[in-house]
Amino acid sequence: MSILVGKGTRLLVQGITGRQGSYHAARCREYGTDLVAGVTPGRGGQWFDGDVPVFDSVDEAVAETGANASLVFVPPPFAADAIIEAAEAGVPLIACITEGVPILDTVRMAPYVKSLGATLIGPNCPGVISPAEGCKAGIMPGDIHMPGRVGIVSRSGTLTYEAVGQLSALGIGQSTSVGIGGDPVSGVTYIDVLSAFEADDGTEAVVMIGEIGGTREQEAAEFIASDFSKPIASLIVGQSAPPGKRMGHAGAVITGTAARAEEKERALAAAGAAIIPSPAEIGSTMAALLGGNR
Amino acid sequence: MKIHEYQAKRLFRENGLPAPEGSVAATAAEARDAVRELGGRAVLKAQVHAGGRGKGGGVRIVSSPEEAEREAAAMLGSRLVTPQTGPEGAPVRRLLVEETVDIERELYASAIVDGAAGCVTLVGSDAGGVDIEQVAAESPERIVSVPVPPAIGFQPCHGRRLAYGLGLGAELVRPFGALAGGMYDLFTRYDCSLVEINPLVVRSDGRLLALDAKVAFDDYALFRHPELAEFEDPEQDDPFEARAREQGLSYVKLDGEVGCIVNGAGLAMATMDVATEAGTAPANFLDVGGQADEAKIAEALKIVLSDPGVTKVLVNIFGGILRNDIVAGGILLGASDAPRAMPPMVVRMLGANAAEGVAMLRDSDLDVTVVEDLRGATEALKAG
Repeated sequence: MSILVGKGTRLLVQGITGRQGSYHAARCREYGTDLVAGVTPGRGGQWFDGDVPVFDSVDEAVAETGANASLVFVPPPFAADAIIEAAEAGVPLIACITEGVPILDTVRMAPYVKSLGATLIGPNCPGVISPAEGCKAGIMPGDIHMPGRVGIVSRSGTLTYEAVGQLSALGIGQSTSVGIGGDPVSGVTYIDVLSAFEADDGTEAVVMIGEIGGTREQEAAEFIASDFSKPIASLIVGQSAPPGKRMGHAGAVITGTAARAEEKERALAAAGAAIIPSPAEIGSTMAALLGGNR
Repeated sequence: MKIHEYQAKRLFRENGLPAPEGSVAATAAEARDAVRELGGRAVLKAQVHAGGRGKGGGVRIVSSPEEAEREAAAMLGSRLVTPQTGPEGAPVRRLLVEETVDIERELYASAIVDGAAGCVTLVGSDAGGVDIEQVAAESPERIVSVPVPPAIGFQPCHGRRLAYGLGLGAELVRPFGALAGGMYDLFTRYDCSLVEINPLVVRSDGRLLALDAKVAFDDYALFRHPELAEFEDPEQDDPFEARAREQGLSYVKLDGEVGCIVNGAGLAMATMDVATEAGTAPANFLDVGGQADEAKIAEALKIVLSDPGVTKVLVNIFGGILRNDIVAGGILLGASDAPRAMPPMVVRMLGANAAEGVAMLRDSDLDVTVVEDLRGATEALKAG
């Protein structure tokens, strides 16, 4: 069991003929994902990896292959367009890896694709992986994961891998790991992912990784307090970042007191989350939380 | 991308937003002439990419052209230190010379992208002319936010909601609404990340005026605004940060002694926190990205070492597309022609080709402590 992607996922990759797109499409396939199609306008009729058809449009790819998830590697100026194309073609799950999408593109596009019934992950995210079902739609290294019952949700890429690495090292497997993206506005929120984990029988506990900037972690804390019943451990990074400086992620900048790490930790602790005291203690905190139930 | 106040006010005027009369002076003589033109009394405002200028002596009222010339001579060419610049300050190359304004009341207005609302949001407050963060923290009821749904754009009702929320008198509701609409248009036309007026003054004759103006643009959208390139002023940036940006590296200079070399923004922040937990402090944020090659890693190391405060280096790499042997090769390359001797290094490598990367560094003549995990990194930093 898992959330967002799993055994029934039929993956399509937009931008599959590009360097990044082709590399990661191959890695997803190696991991066990059912890669059914690629899309690059103007490259229809080609084949990827021997037997995966490439189409000119998402419409065509969906009609021919029944693709039900899309992984987007299209460059920033065209990423919003690619996402809209996928949503209009009826693709229910879209993960956009592309970093550097103009914020106003996301502001306009995200509510529209949502209105079409599509779930958008990202932009600027590592994607999603469900080790429990051998399915990966993202750029995370597959081999660090192990099947299990802990869900992970994070804004970050490599820090998510760090969390996975610490859990796997202690023999704690993962149901699904989701990176929601480092931009100030994006598709799925912590709350969307947490409510999916709450409903998922395959997820027993959750690691939530947040960072400085914005108020998304506080919104998540309200949800945790009222609607989330599973054990949850939370890490907030950026404790040592000064105000006013953007730490790489477009969203990671302290612009007011609410954006500070300690405010977020306070809100999450009050909501009943176990606070992970250091980035080095992600695995050990979850191990303690699970007790004998590993 | 940040721009200067005089540039922001030019955009304001071009887009129908009211700004004071004034001109830009790059020399003391120009400042003198500009003040004469304004009738002998004016404000000189240092043009730097940082707020809090008044506190640092960057805003001066003068009452004659001669006084303007003297004050301008002192300001131009100096470095202005404000609460936002750091101790080294920012270089003052230009002054904005403006008319003085009779002020009845000071308000605050801005347009930002609110992550929680997921859209452009107009923000107003009746507490203008002071630090808005402080107002937000101490009296949040004095701040009114109106999200603008992207599908419909700004509507007069948004302006009215803001104006009534601030308790403005009937005569101000319409002009304030027009101003808010103008700010929204400017924001969306140029892909801004911030349009801010603080203070927005009400003059004694009832007119609104943007006494200060701050505009910043979304770096990710600059590709579709070539016309904004002329506003760039790289001299205002930290020189290390500017050099890093040219290399496609995400680097932010901080004040500590541990130089951090990391891939990924989240992991880079976590690494800074690890340095802090060890009782040391990070000298920088650095994300080398997932696409770096040896030359880029070498450049990253040299930028980190250019900071004289760095006495230790912490390398934390979770290899994926970026392989650890590439990182190690880049570090060896960078160390070979670094501006100074390589300080002791704590190395943590995981993921793709970690064993190779670690071996390359261990076999070099650099002072390397290899650690297995973040806890090990903390211990190694503590041990000095």
